[in-house]
Amino acid sequence: MVEERITVRHEVGLHARPAALFVKTAQGFRSAITVRNLDRPGNPADAKSILAILTLGVGRGHAILVAADGPDERDAVDRLVALVDGNFSEEGPS
Amino acid sequence: MAEFPLRGIAASEGIAIGPAFRFVPGDLTVPSRPAGDATSEWARFEAARRAGEAELKDLRERLARQVGDEEASIFDAHRLMLADPMLEEKIRQRIEGGMGVEQAVSESADDVGRMLESTRDELFAARAADVRDVGRRLVRLLLGRPPDGLAGLTLPAVIVAEDLSPSDTAGLDPQMVLGIATAQGGWTSHSAILARTLGLPAVVALGEGLMQRVSAGDEVVLVGSEGLLLVGPEAETVAAYRRLEAEDRRRRETRRGRAAREARTTDGRRVEVAANVGDLASARAAVDNGADGVGLLRTEFLYLDEKDPPGEAKQIAAYREIFSSLGGRPIIIRTLDIGGDKPPSYLLFPREANPFLGWRAVRVSLDRPDLFRTQLRAILQASVGHDVRVMIPMVTGLEEVRRVRTMLAEAEAELAKEGRPHAGGLAMGIMVETPAAAVLVDILAEAADFFSLGTNDLTQYALAVDRGNASVAAVYQPLHPAVLRLIRTAIEAAHSAGKWIGMCGELAGLPKAVPILLGLGLDEFSMVPSQIPAIKDLISRLDGNAARALADEVLQLPTAGDVERHMESFLTELRAADG
Repeated sequence: MVEERITVRHEVGLHARPAALFVKTAQGFRSAITVRNLDRPGNPADAKSILAILTLGVGRGHAILVAADGPDERDAVDRLVALVDGNFSEEGPS
Repeated sequence: MAEFPLRGIAASEGIAIGPAFRFVPGDLTVPSRPAGDATSEWARFEAARRAGEAELKDLRERLARQVGDEEASIFDAHRLMLADPMLEEKIRQRIEGGMGVEQAVSESADDVGRMLESTRDELFAARAADVRDVGRRLVRLLLGRPPDGLAGLTLPAVIVAEDLSPSDTAGLDPQMVLGIATAQGGWTSHSAILARTLGLPAVVALGEGLMQRVSAGDEVVLVGSEGLLLVGPEAETVAAYRRLEAEDRRRRETRRGRAAREARTTDGRRVEVAANVGDLASARAAVDNGADGVGLLRTEFLYLDEKDPPGEAKQIAAYREIFSSLGGRPIIIRTLDIGGDKPPSYLLFPREANPFLGWRAVRVSLDRPDLFRTQLRAILQASVGHDVRVMIPMVTGLEEVRRVRTMLAEAEAELAKEGRPHAGGLAMGIMVETPAAAVLVDILAEAADFFSLGTNDLTQYALAVDRGNASVAAVYQPLHPAVLRLIRTAIEAAHSAGKWIGMCGELAGLPKAVPILLGLGLDEFSMVPSQIPAIKDLISRLDGNAARALADEVLQLPTAGDVERHMESFLTELRAADG
């Protein structure tokens, strides 16, 4: 099992497009992946479920804990953390 | 009957006067019935889910045509919810516990809706409406009822509803809607966004009493900017608002009419003012705001949300749709500009310490000729009958430009051999967004037909500052003398080589920068559509010779702060001179 903590800086938090991107990325891995909102009490949510992610209510500035367990756990955590770390970059450079 | 005012949230400006159309969605009460065995109930769920998936796909396309891709993506969220493992698990548990499928779906969707509402965050709670909408769709399909919606509206009316979901409004004819009034919702609810996109007046959150107060056919006055709905208005009130409505419409038409004209300096020099566009909705906004063309069409929208790279046919269709919406205006389309800061799932990006200095833009395209060839082929085929030029992002040297040119020629030759219709000899240019490209414009001109300055990245690379990093935000200065000198070098070199040079970075839409850029001889200014009317207006008040003198003076100033101050006083004087 691999886990990493990261802060969500996106202005809408894990919602809308960022949430959809996060879930789509998670769905690309075989490992079981969970996310916990460290700034709100509650159970960990299935990272492959958009509804579960939304019920975490992760807003801007909240810290989350991403945990994966399975054959590609390292990759899964790395990719999801990179996505959050890159702020789900929406506007391309021009 | 005395007129009765209701107050809500002003969601979209404008005034509507007319009869009310009460929209009440069909009753979907689940009849009580003994449940079948769990296997057959589950099979019915799966069948309804497949049918729901098909409906959502169709609705997505219809809404995209109506208001653009961005708003239509709400149905992608619905599709994700429909296939969601958490919702599925809740339904499965209920069915296994002996419940009928309709009730299992309805309770599960409600259950998740309540969980979302308990986040006590407006943004997240708004998604509760979406999951309930998905639940209603499934129940409706399970009950074998046809979809209800507003598509049947045949007389122009003000829609009055508890709330409107995207499913309700898909297929709605905007000609038939004078305005929208809802009991629930907020500034970011679907009805509000839809109304603003379509330019219809709307008031939301009018409160629980709305549906009781308004009967079908009641005359109403809806005042978007004031968040006001008047039910059963007096004759004088109606007359007063009719006058206001006429004035309001005239004002909006003049604003647009002026922007549609070309921008010319006081000494008669014609300047192109174009739009930066990233999807169909922004292309429409470009036309509405009087863009002379599109100076930057980003193509990333096709690549980022997908599991697989977009195929040739899909790209052709998407490009054509956007090209056609631009009514013959010239278009510069930029090839894929992605990097490790926003990796699509199908490209394995190494985790990079410096994604902005890493594998991105033209570097990715040249390393993945399979992806790039598909894009070039799609652009060439979609461009038939349109005025299109191709632009390459993040160039640093001549080899890159030559290689892209070769690939473009190969793609053209292939299409010719296959007998597919395509545009021939498209002009190909490059973004000038690295300091390397800015100082090499004279050399790059050998292989590039035109140039466009990307000042956001140029500033970032020239000043070695990450524009997304808050702790160095103060170092990011687009009016820094170093950036301005790179811009001057690039413009002068392009013109000496007889080539056209525009700008599609934020600087092009910044009033403080426009007079300098005009003085430096920039051929085209491309910006977010909403900025176009203001910049056209500014250019038409400037004199070409004065701007040249201004640019000479500003380029001698030692710091960005000096440039800012100089330009602020220049703009103040300009405003004073024009009264």
